[in-house]
Amino acid sequence: MTFLAVSVEQVWDWLGEVADPEIPVISVVDLGIVRDVRLEGETCLVTITPTYSGCPAMQVISESVSAALRAHGIEDVRIESRLSPAWTTDWMSAAGKAALKGYGIAPPVQQAIDISGLHSGIRRRAAPDVACPHCGSPHTQLTSEFGSTPCKALYKCLDCREPFDYFKCH
Amino acid sequence: MDAKFQYLLRQGDNALILSQQLCQLVGKGPALEEDMALSNVALDLLGQTRMWLTYAGELEGKGRDEDRLAFLRDAHDYRSCLLVEQPNGSYADTLTRQFLFDTWHYFLMDGLTRSSDERIREIAAKSIKEVTYHLRRSGDLVVRLGDGSDKSRAMMQTALDELWMYSGEMFLYDEIDNAMVEQGVAPPVDSIRTQCLDHMAEVFADATLTMPSPEAWMQRGGKQGRHSERLGFILAEMQFLQRAYPGAAW
Repeated sequence: MTFLAVSVEQVWDWLGEVADPEIPVISVVDLGIVRDVRLEGETCLVTITPTYSGCPAMQVISESVSAALRAHGIEDVRIESRLSPAWTTDWMSAAGKAALKGYGIAPPVQQAIDISGLHSGIRRRAAPDVACPHCGSPHTQLTSEFGSTPCKALYKCLDCREPFDYFKCH
Repeated sequence: MDAKFQYLLRQGDNALILSQQLCQLVGKGPALEEDMALSNVALDLLGQTRMWLTYAGELEGKGRDEDRLAFLRDAHDYRSCLLVEQPNGSYADTLTRQFLFDTWHYFLMDGLTRSSDERIREIAAKSIKEVTYHLRRSGDLVVRLGDGSDKSRAMMQTALDELWMYSGEMFLYDEIDNAMVEQGVAPPVDSIRTQCLDHMAEVFADATLTMPSPEAWMQRGGKQGRHSERLGFILAEMQFLQRAYPGAAW
């Protein structure tokens, strides 16, 4: 049996260069969907978790991860999907949030609370104060609960008048 | 194991049929925001369907995966409740159906996060985050349209009165549901029903709508495979490709 001549840290670094297919400025590591990396003999085992259960990007992400590691010489890559604990935007890195903002998407503004059993999330509350990613103004307004993907809502800025995506707390 | 298999089919089939119905509105929503919302809700439900049906197929152990269960079962083998096969109708009908479903879905998922079955706990914990958003949105719209113009209020009240007879099937536990409760897999019906009715009463009061009696006669049979003819049409469209070109893949 032979062993891979790479470290787990090295693999994490490489995965940090794999972009999310729908928001290419953020890596799959910064998004918090890579949960574990293990080296077993010649096999590199990467565990990922879906963002939303119907997220159509998961298959592309699996293929991108495999392709990136093969490009670095790891032939035997196994991708496993893990459901629990369920993904939360709290796992998004500070670098990831900054990259989103630079790209024109307002990052999640709050901690995602554990909603199970509390029933506090099922009635409408005041929409969170989201700063405009373009001009920084706090005067913004929710225009749609859903945006171009399940993970985003649509806002507009009342000062610079630009519409923008908001990455919801989840 | 058969009871649990059937129970998992019920969860998966409910999400699948409602998702398929919502997909028919993609590009036809009454407003762009609603169009996006309906398609995103449909996508969430489809993702949840995959988790339920994959587990069901594994538990059954006959080599049926999510696709075979979704595309190669006929209507009498579907275990979805009658509510989800009701027509999209007007937007008041679509929204009322959604709110009735979301309310039950939310409190059931909440109960299932404490299931004795680890895999079900995981699926429920994943789903409830999405379902919370669905319920908040549909409840908010019920209030806006109910407590809206005379016309919107009248349409909402009509939709509620007509759909109400499909709101009780989920609370009519049969031997499969009861077996799941006994094993600690599913939550007891009383707690779920009370929570649902309380939430509905609160939202309908805010919406100035009159909630029909929970003791009214409720239609039943979908969970046991006795459906209206509508499900056949829904499946005919959904399953056409796999029926005409068996095994077709991307």
